[in-house]
Amino acid sequence: MNPAGYSEQMRRAWAITRKDIRIYYLKGPVLIFGVFMPVFLFLAFLMGSRQLPLAFLISGLVGMTLFFTATAVSPAIFPWEGQAKTLERLASCPITIEAVVLGDMMASTIFGVAITLVTVAIGLGLGLPLLYGIILFPAILLAACCFSAIGMLLAVPPTNVPSNIMMLSSLLKFPLVFISGIFVPLEQMPPWGLALAFCSLTSRVLGT
Amino acid sequence: MQDAIEVQDLTKKFGTTIAVDHISFSVHEGEIFGFLGPNGAGKTTTTRMLTGVIPPDAGFALVLGHDIRHSPVLAKQGFGVVPETSNAYADLTAWQNLMLMGDLYGLPRVRAAQRASDLLATLGLLERKDQKVQAYSKGMKQRLILAMALLHEPGLLFLDEPTGGLDVQSTQMILSMLRDLNRAGTTILLTTHNIEEANRLCHRVGIIRNGKMVAIDAPERLKAAIDRVHRIEVSFDREVPGDALAGLTGVISVNRTGDKWQITAEDPDAAIRSLVMCGMQNGVAIVTLNTLAPSLDEAFLRLTQGEDS
Repeated sequence: MNPAGYSEQMRRAWAITRKDIRIYYLKGPVLIFGVFMPVFLFLAFLMGSRQLPLAFLISGLVGMTLFFTATAVSPAIFPWEGQAKTLERLASCPITIEAVVLGDMMASTIFGVAITLVTVAIGLGLGLPLLYGIILFPAILLAACCFSAIGMLLAVPPTNVPSNIMMLSSLLKFPLVFISGIFVPLEQMPPWGLALAFCSLTSRVLGT
Repeated sequence: MQDAIEVQDLTKKFGTTIAVDHISFSVHEGEIFGFLGPNGAGKTTTTRMLTGVIPPDAGFALVLGHDIRHSPVLAKQGFGVVPETSNAYADLTAWQNLMLMGDLYGLPRVRAAQRASDLLATLGLLERKDQKVQAYSKGMKQRLILAMALLHEPGLLFLDEPTGGLDVQSTQMILSMLRDLNRAGTTILLTTHNIEEANRLCHRVGIIRNGKMVAIDAPERLKAAIDRVHRIEVSFDREVPGDALAGLTGVISVNRTGDKWQITAEDPDAAIRSLVMCGMQNGVAIVTLNTLAPSLDEAFLRLTQGEDS
C-alpha cells in the first residue's frame, strides 16, 4: 500500500465523504439553506406568478434546488471543523488536502443530486415530459460538482464561525439566483441582465 | 541509535513574531522525549510543524525518515497525535470515530475493528462505544483520542498535554499505557507543563524558551547541571562532631538542623563515600541519608527565567 498513491487517497477521500454525510446533512444551516430556502422561494414565486407555465416553474425549481443544495454542505464543513478542532485532526492524518477537499465536494454533490432528483420526480409526477433525460442527468451531476466547488471556495476565508460563511454564501447565492433566469426568463431580461446571466453557471443549468 | 525525529533550524513566524526560532534537536527511537516550556514558548507551534499541521518558514524536520514538508503523507502514516483538547467528532460515536481513523490510515476494516475493540476495552470505553462522543466526559474523550491515535499502531506518538485537567484515574490509565507503549518500542514526544510527569516518564527533556531551545538532557543530568553545589542531608544514630564532617573529602560546609546535618558538596558521590567511611571509622550508623538535588521544577524555572543553562 502506498499511502500517498492516487487510489489510496481516493479511498480516504471517500471516508471523508461518508463522515460528512453522517455529520453535516442534518445540520440546521444545511437544511435551512439547502432545503427550506429553495422550497419557500419557489412557493413564494409560484403564488405571485400564476401566469407562468408549469414547465418553466419546475425547471426553475430544479435549477434553484440544485444550486442551493449543492452549495449548502461544502461551505459549512471547514468552519465547523475549524471550530470543533477536527480540522487539525484531519491535517495530522495521512491524507492530502486535495483528498479532503474532494471528499467534502463529493458529500456536497451527493446532497445536491439526491434532493434535485426529488424535484425532477415532482415535475414528472405533475405530468411534465422528460425531454432530454440523457443530457439532464449528467448535467445535474456536472452542475452539482461545480456548485459544490463554489461552496468550497466560499469556505476559504479563515473563520471558525460557520454563520459567517453562511452569510457570505447567501450574499453570493441570492443575487446569482435572480440573474440566472429562474424567476425572470432570460428573454425578458434587459441587456445588462443578460450579460450578468451569461456569467452565471446557474443560467447554464437552466438552459439544459 | 537512530533518530525518530530530526529537527534542524526549524523556524516559524507569525507576522513579526518569531514563535519558533531556529531550533534543532532530535528524538531517538524508543525514547520518551519531554518537551517543556512556559506558555507561549513555542511548544505547540513546534509540535504542529512536526505533525504537518502548519508548514515551517525555514529549516527542516525529518519524521521517521520522511521530510514532513515534502513527504507529509508518508511521515503521517507512521505517527499518531494526541492533541491537548479532544478533537474527536462529537456527532459520531466512539466506534464511528475509530472506524474513520481506520479508513484514513488505510487499515483493512476487519483489522480496524479488532484494534478498535481491543483499545476501547483497554481504555474502559467498550461499553459506551455506540454512544455519541458529545455525551462523553473530558477523561473519556481524552482516552478516546488516545485510542484514535493508536489505532494504526504508530511507531511514534505525539502527545500535547495528554493528562491536562483529567481526574487521577484517567491520568494513571494514560500514563500507564504510555509506559507500556514505550516498553514495546513506541517513541513518544510528550509536550507538557507537568514537570513531575516529565521527570517520571521521560528519558530526556528539551526546554524551550521564547522559541529557542535552552537545554536538552536527561532530567537528572539537567537538574544536576543547573546547580554545581549539591545538598546532602544525613543523620546518625549517635552524636558526630561537626568538625569531623567538615573535613571530609568533597564537603564544602556542614550545618546542623535538628537531629540532622545538612552538608553542601561539589561532588555528591565523593561526599557520600566519605560520609560512609567516616561513620564506619567512628563506629556510628547512618540512620537517614538524602540527596537534596534541585528538582526539575527548579531547573525549569532557572532555565526559563533567563539564567544560563
